[in-house]
Amino acid sequence: MMRYFLLFWLLLCVTVVAIAGFRGSTSRKPPIEIFPDMDRQPKLRPQTTFDFFPDNRSSRAQVPGTIAYTKGTKLGEQEVYPFQDHPFNTGRQAGSTNYVETLPVAVTEQLMARGQERYAITCLPCHGASGDGKGITTKFGMTIVANLHDQRIVRQTDGELFDIITHGKGLMGSYGDKIDVNDRWAIVSYVRALQLARLGAPEDVPADLRAKLPGLSAAPAQK
Amino acid sequence: MSDIFPKWTNRLPLKIAIGALVVAGTLTAGITYYLTPAYGRVGYQPIQPVPFSHEIHAGQLGIDCRYCHDAVEKSWFSNIPSATTCLNCHNQVLKDDSRLELIRDSAKTGKPVPWVQIHKVPDYVYFNHAVHVNRGVSCVECHGKVNHMDEVRQEKSFTMSFCLDCHRDPAQHIRHPKDVYNLDLEISPEEQKKMGTKFVHDWNVQSLQNCSACHR
Ligand code: HEC
Ligand code: HEC
Ligand code: HEC
Ligand code: HEC
Ligand code: HEC
Ligand code: HEC
Repeated sequence: MMRYFLLFWLLLCVTVVAIAGFRGSTSRKPPIEIFPDMDRQPKLRPQTTFDFFPDNRSSRAQVPGTIAYTKGTKLGEQEVYPFQDHPFNTGRQAGSTNYVETLPVAVTEQLMARGQERYAITCLPCHGASGDGKGITTKFGMTIVANLHDQRIVRQTDGELFDIITHGKGLMGSYGDKIDVNDRWAIVSYVRALQLARLGAPEDVPADLRAKLPGLSAAPAQK
Repeated sequence: MSDIFPKWTNRLPLKIAIGALVVAGTLTAGITYYLTPAYGRVGYQPIQPVPFSHEIHAGQLGIDCRYCHDAVEKSWFSNIPSATTCLNCHNQVLKDDSRLELIRDSAKTGKPVPWVQIHKVPDYVYFNHAVHVNRGVSCVECHGKVNHMDEVRQEKSFTMSFCLDCHRDPAQHIRHPKDVYNLDLEISPEEQKKMGTKFVHDWNVQSLQNCSACHR
């Protein structure tokens, strides 16, 4: 009798393991919450369904004509708020539609480094590390991507570059909702640096460092 | 007079004891193995409405996590990108592909894409992404190598002890902030120890174990 019982028990164990599998095995069904005491509370979580609003969304789009509560940004003495008609927010001269020539923020090494980092996150997949419009996506069917070293784009004002990032242009989407205002100016400063680097001549390199440039003594600046 | 109890009953108590031991042993083993989040949660991989692949986008194309999850370093919540984010590229790449139907619809009508949420902590736990990623805790510590997953799958159990194991000894887990989004970086244990100890000291990283850090 003992033997039968043990055999039965062994079979039961094997069946359970066979059905339940091992830890870490892939499951398409959500985890069971056995004692869901207060696991799920009737409070708002972002990006979930919420029946209160007609479109059932818990994350709300901004109501037209309103401004999210934010702190101002210090520009020198002045404090600029997002609702102000100020070149920092719009890339345009206050009270007109003309783009500003140069960045309204102080260009520091810090800003440049920030710009480099942000460029690598948002622009690099399409425009490439050097800005030549040969990012990785162009190998997979992005046929039209601008070369940022194009004469036309080099001649654009800083304000216009800012506006392109904020609102997009042509086939390029807008990045205003993804990149903070300050970071957009940081990217502009970095794009300017990229363009300048391409336009540079060997003479721009300090004399004592020029000798270190491999094979550049005779070659022209642009390849 | 015949025996009331036949002879074999002498061994009955022993048999019952052994039987009970076997049953209790296997039941305990089964429960500890199966009725824990390590079994219940790890491996959860729901079928998503759009066959989006992190392997292609984050792995092969090398797109930074923050291109899509742009709130991860600013907010407690790491957002799922909007459909317009996808269309930045997919207005040219796979422009008319039927797999992206939902995405195009969503961008046009504003109807959300019904992505299924995978990682979840209970609502009484106040988790915060920004604190972690800005302190050098990489996504890989909690989500595994997402950049090599065709479909995202839960890799860690997300129990309280999972959180506390790291909070007790953050030096074993933190890295330079510039490597947080590089999920493939391999760090040898000695290097990790040296680097981790230095960062913990330099940034004054706390070992947060008080209940109110996570429960309010
Ligand atoms: C998803 C791919 C993609 C990303 C990411 C991207 N761009 Fe573009 N960009 C394009 C395409 C495509 C064009 C060409 C638009 C056209 O000519 O219709 C373009 C054009 C431009 C132009 C030239 C616009 C003109 O005047 O013709 C500038 C400047 C530019 N992008 C800057 C940026 C910057 C800065 C970033 C990073 C914040 C960025 N782009 C990110 C795809 C992208
Ligand atoms: C091209 C945009 C894109 C990029 C780049 C991207 N993701 Fe995602 N991610 C998504 C989308 C869309 C989802 C929702 C669908 C899904 O779960 O597959 C998602 C889901 C996730 C989830 C699961 C969320 C949940 O429901 O619990 C994690 C974790 C995640 N991503 C981590 C990462 C990490 C880490 C990286 C960087 C290596 C990354 N993602 C890069 C678009 C992206
Ligand atoms: C930076 C550009 C870019 C962004 C942003 C992007 N994709 Fe892609 N996607 C690509 C490229 C490039 C391919 C590869 C096309 C190929 O293999 O020919 C691709 C392929 C795909 C595929 C087909 C995968 C397969 O198995 O062949 C799907 C589905 C897809 N993407 C969905 C999405 C979704 C959903 C989003 C938004 C969360 C998104 N993509 C965002 C560039 C992008
Ligand atoms: C310390 C652990 C930890 C780290 C590091 C971490 N996550 Fe998460 N992630 C979580 C937890 C916990 C959740 C579930 C949160 C919840 O229930 O809201 C989550 C959820 C998510 C989600 C789903 C949306 C949400 O917030 O609920 C996405 C997307 C995501 N993580 C992406 C990332 C990316 C990208 C990184 C790296 C930049 C990252 N995570 C780093 C623990 C972590
Ligand atoms: C891989 C390591 C690691 C893991 C896993 C981890 N944390 Fe953390 N956590 C940290 C570090 C490092 C800090 C920063 C401490 C500091 O700023 O001094 C932190 C800080 C926090 C804070 C911020 C407290 C505050 O207000 O300053 C919260 C909340 C938190 N963690 C919750 C969680 C939860 C919940 C989990 C589990 C889902 C978790 N953590 C898992 C490393 C980790
Ligand atoms: C690092 C963050 C963190 C800290 C600190 C923390 N907890 Fe938790 N706690 C969690 C998480 C995450 C869960 C959810 C576990 C799960 O879902 O499996 C949890 C769950 C719980 C639960 C519910 C368990 C259940 O399954 O019902 C209790 C009770 C609890 N914690 C008490 C405490 C107490 C008491 C302290 C202080 C000594 C504390 N916690 C400190 C993260 C934390």
